[in-house]
Amino acid sequence: MTRQDAFILSFRTVVSYRLRAILILLAMALGVAAVVVLTALGEGARRFVMNQFAALGTNLIIIIPGRSETAGGFIGALVGETPRDLTLDDAASLTALPGVRRFAPLNVGLSEISAGGLLREVTLAGSTASLIAIRRMRLAQGSFTADNGPNPAEAVLGAKIAHELFPQGNALGQRIRLGDRRFRVAGIFAMQGESMGINTDELVLIPIDHAQALFNTQSLFRIMVEAESRSAIEPTKKVIRAALKLRHDGEEDVTIIGQDAILATFDKILRALTLAVSGIAAISLAVAGILVMNVMLVAVSQRTTEIGLLKAIGATHTDIRNLFLLETLWLAVAGAVVGIILGYLGSLGLRLAYPQLPAYPPIWASLAAIATALVTGIAASILPASKAARLNPVLALSRR
Amino acid sequence: MIALTAISRIFTMGDQEVRALNNINLTIAPGAYVSVMGPSGSGKSTLLNLIGLLDQPTSGTYLLENIDVTSLSETDQARVRRERIGFIFQSFHLIPRLTAAENIELPLILDGIPSAERKKRVQAILQQTNLLERADHRPSELSGGQRQRVAIARATILNPAVLLADEPTGNLDHKTGAEVIALLENLHHQGTTIITVTHDREIGARAHRKIQMRDGEVVSDD
Ligand SMILES: Nc1ncnc2c1ncn2[C@@H]1O[C@H](COP(=O)(O)OP(=O)(O)OP(=O)(O)O)[C@@H](O)[C@H]1O
Ligand SMILES: [Mg+2]
Repeated sequence: MTRQDAFILSFRTVVSYRLRAILILLAMALGVAAVVVLTALGEGARRFVMNQFAALGTNLIIIIPGRSETAGGFIGALVGETPRDLTLDDAASLTALPGVRRFAPLNVGLSEISAGGLLREVTLAGSTASLIAIRRMRLAQGSFTADNGPNPAEAVLGAKIAHELFPQGNALGQRIRLGDRRFRVAGIFAMQGESMGINTDELVLIPIDHAQALFNTQSLFRIMVEAESRSAIEPTKKVIRAALKLRHDGEEDVTIIGQDAILATFDKILRALTLAVSGIAAISLAVAGILVMNVMLVAVSQRTTEIGLLKAIGATHTDIRNLFLLETLWLAVAGAVVGIILGYLGSLGLRLAYPQLPAYPPIWASLAAIATALVTGIAASILPASKAARLNPVLALSRR
Repeated sequence: MIALTAISRIFTMGDQEVRALNNINLTIAPGAYVSVMGPSGSGKSTLLNLIGLLDQPTSGTYLLENIDVTSLSETDQARVRRERIGFIFQSFHLIPRLTAAENIELPLILDGIPSAERKKRVQAILQQTNLLERADHRPSELSGGQRQRVAIARATILNPAVLLADEPTGNLDHKTGAEVIALLENLHHQGTTIITVTHDREIGARAHRKIQMRDGEVVSDD
């Protein structure tokens, strides 16, 4: 029997057992679709987080006071104790370092803001004008020109804060009070929403020197540095570490984190998550495989006399085995195609339902799903097909 | 030429042994017209299945056209079945989802013959067996006689040397049975060896050589 005839003959058989075909096809298709949709979901979550990080700014280096024991210990530094202050002078010393494009010292705290008799609590950030550039913040009105100081008492209000305090929209130039200090509204942030836990809509930004006075501290919360390029991040980290060590009497008491390191960690975690989720989805394909095997075993016993007849007119073991294998191959291929279509539609549905989530199914997952469907289909039909091939023709033909 | 020497076929069912064929010696010349008769369970079908390579003897040798076919590989035996032997059964054994023409085409497909050539040969044999109008009908839409004619067309489309018929008229009425026998005798005239197992004395008597079996042995042969 030629390969082409085997394909045609098995295809015709598949088509003539319609209910069986639809059942197997559906089982396969749902398995494939599950893999596609769930990987799209995982990938979407990964990209969502990556985008959030990218929105922080690019080529970021973050300097945090305190030394964590574990190498690259991002978490440890966040909760660790602070042996020595990171000062504004430390920040100023970065100016001349190679690889540093700009930097912004940062203090953050809570404060009361009041204007025209209205009062509320806000998150107060103290920094320089560089922060706006580094963090890709945008001003809707006005400007912020603070440097290391001394600076005039000016503040930038988040869009929501400005609207709450000055509903008429005339916030710019007005006087406000933060704690017991007076400030002039010099700018208003554009609406940006939340990114990485910081909502500029509800933030108030003031010059660093005023923030330190307000919070009564000499110690910086952290210093944000923008390196000149992605490849400059690592060398610049080294230079900064060396410079700060020198200033701190030879002690390495700061933690310096490159944005790429954080990104890589999150990327790894989320990729693993996607893989795990798609692995679970692949189990549904294995279940489909068991179904296929059972359906094919039933098919073989239903068609026993037909198999006996084929042997009587000269079909070889190989011919019969191939015919049954090809039947499931057709169904697996059709199931994979339908499953991919369903999976992409499902992902589209996800993106429509959650527009922030870039739930695009990755190509590798689609290919893996198709391959798994084909391998499962073939594997599941090996047993039934070889059972058919080994049937005793005399017994097969004597069955009515 | 079919030469069976000391052929036995023993079935074991649990601890019971059934000697379906007991030391059979038989030579059938090319082009012979043979009938095999005997009571139920005498081993007629077993003999036919052995000659048709659907079954293997427990002992003895079987030469078909001077080849020891029982020692051939499975693939080679399948080829011999396909090209040298034709089978006809009491219950036709047509594939229900295929049309008459497609059922007849099957051996050609198994033999790897190209599609265009297949169509030509099927067309020719449909004409010979008077089945042209029924070519696109499925077996369920055919009468018993038509089904058996389709089965004969399928069995002979590759011009086998030997045609084995196991009670070919068993499911047919007298008239259509006679038509089927006429078709077989026509093939005999063209040189095919015909071996028919039958319970019908009249049909058995038409053969040129009549073999009687009982309890797995040949009891008369003339
Ligand atoms: N697969 C088998 N397993 C066990 N015993 C079998 C098998 N096939 C045939 N037999 C036995 O072998 C003997 C001969 O059977 P066979 O079918 O050849 O008889 P037969 O002459 O064709 O009978 P009938 O006229 O009823 O068709 C019987 O006793 C039968 O029960
Ligand atoms: Mg019989």
